[in-house]
Amino acid sequence: MKRMTLWAVLLIALIGVIVCAAMMWRPSIQPLNTPVTADATKIERGARVVEQGDCAVCHTRPGGAYMAGGLPLVTPFGTLYTTNITPDWGTGIGNWPEEAFVRAMRKGVSRDGHFLYPAFPYVHYSRMSDADISDAYAYLMSVDPVQARAPENHMMFPMNFRPLVTFWNLLFLRDDPLVPVAGQSERWNRGRYLVEGAGHCSSCHTPLNFIGGEKSSEHLGGGLVDGWHAPALTGMTQAANPWTPEQLVAYLRGEVAQGHGGAAGPMLPVSLSMAQLPQEDAEAVAEYILSLKADITPPASSCVAASPEPIKPDQREGAALFAGACAGCHGGGAPMRTIDGRPGLSVVSAATSDSPRNLIKTILEGIPLSTRAPSHYMPPFADALDDTHIAALAGYLRGQACAAKPWADLEKTVTTIRHEGEPK
Amino acid sequence: MITLNVNGKDHQLDIDPDMPLLYALRNHLALNGAKYGCGLGQCGACTVMVGDKPVFSCLVPAAAASGKTVRTVEGLGSADKPGPLQAAFIDAQAAQCGYCIAGMIMRAQALIETVPHPSDEQIREHMAPNLCRCGTHMRIFSAIKAVVASGVKP
Repeated sequence: MKRMTLWAVLLIALIGVIVCAAMMWRPSIQPLNTPVTADATKIERGARVVEQGDCAVCHTRPGGAYMAGGLPLVTPFGTLYTTNITPDWGTGIGNWPEEAFVRAMRKGVSRDGHFLYPAFPYVHYSRMSDADISDAYAYLMSVDPVQARAPENHMMFPMNFRPLVTFWNLLFLRDDPLVPVAGQSERWNRGRYLVEGAGHCSSCHTPLNFIGGEKSSEHLGGGLVDGWHAPALTGMTQAANPWTPEQLVAYLRGEVAQGHGGAAGPMLPVSLSMAQLPQEDAEAVAEYILSLKADITPPASSCVAASPEPIKPDQREGAALFAGACAGCHGGGAPMRTIDGRPGLSVVSAATSDSPRNLIKTILEGIPLSTRAPSHYMPPFADALDDTHIAALAGYLRGQACAAKPWADLEKTVTTIRHEGEPK
Repeated sequence: MITLNVNGKDHQLDIDPDMPLLYALRNHLALNGAKYGCGLGQCGACTVMVGDKPVFSCLVPAAAASGKTVRTVEGLGSADKPGPLQAAFIDAQAAQCGYCIAGMIMRAQALIETVPHPSDEQIREHMAPNLCRCGTHMRIFSAIKAVVASGVKP
């Protein structure tokens, strides 16, 4: 009897191993023998899809060749390097048939059968239409091939064992198409398709759980990316400083959004991508996002500065630093405000948000110059101001924007944020 | 009173704490190497070093520079005895109108002090915030490369 139980346990274990192995195995797809070609209209459509998907934002490293990869992505589970998606035969996707590209986009599996890490947002690309994925393939296969191999990933155990991604996929990968919602306008549905599909907005704007999956219960409720707070996209019309469609369209396209700050941090390249797209894409995205309501009115509503707040004694140092370092652009009489119509800092989300993170990040890093759109520019102050000064500055600006709710522990926060992302 | 340590010397200045460092250097210490260009941190003509970092002195309030070591182009050498970078800029005839040069030299100085053998890409990336409207970038670049190649510590 004992013997039989032992055999049964072994048999069940064996079946378990076989089932797991089967789940973790994906076949290789036969490589192409000859390069593919496509007609110019299809390639042009694909260029638009690839821009909507922000592919180049991750697959081009600063100073590197277009789509040749090599950008490090620091995740809680280790560092990944983006891959070369130019049609180079040996190091890119030159020998990938369309079938392999579709599988990567929809299932997160590479041509040779290995699992791709979910930093590649296939959980969102899987919701795209067949036509868009096919066009994106045609475009990517038409860009200049570049020979470049991505550096080795440094993932920690056990996530360095790629087949485990199969279990992650069971939890987070859905590939049912986005069916248009009846009763909503065509533009709203188009916006939803762009936001939830190619645009993969929730990759940054939804909080992640401990295994790096999006918390579906807090969809688009705000997240953290590269040390920047990605604000909630829900309730943007309910905020203390509500957004209009015109403002959001301008913001999304890297232009001046009257009454709001400009795109910075990881959102800057996204806005530069959107600036390349027809305005109707940004209009659709704005219509969908502004229709998303938050459950409660955000408490930020107490942050309404009707008139300049009196400067408290402990804010005098910050006020002097503002006058010397910031007022040339952000002061009331600065040309950036009087000519360009940019708002004062007391209404921008970086100053009215519950967290000082984005204000501190912007002061430290500035906003880099870009040649792709009118965009914004701010010099970095990391080397010019120390943590005490930045804390004083942030304290003063917060006092002007939201006197009722001062930020606590500013100097410590500045020090922490300054050293985040540094090699340990 | 604000205390500024500039080129190794302490100065007590009766100035407002919000005065940009550039104005203190030029108007109160007669150090006119650093230039006022845009006043917005976009051109780099005002670049000096605070500690071991290059900064736009038009955007550094004097109060923020107090207690730190400030270095300007005057601290690297004189017309009679130019420092290595200054000599290399003269040899390469890197100045046309010259307005950007003090800032260029100070930014290059900061690079060579922290990265003794920068690559061409590192030099280009590091120097990018400083503009030259005359277009002598290639001469500026070759002057910096000459100092790097010579191995002389500027």
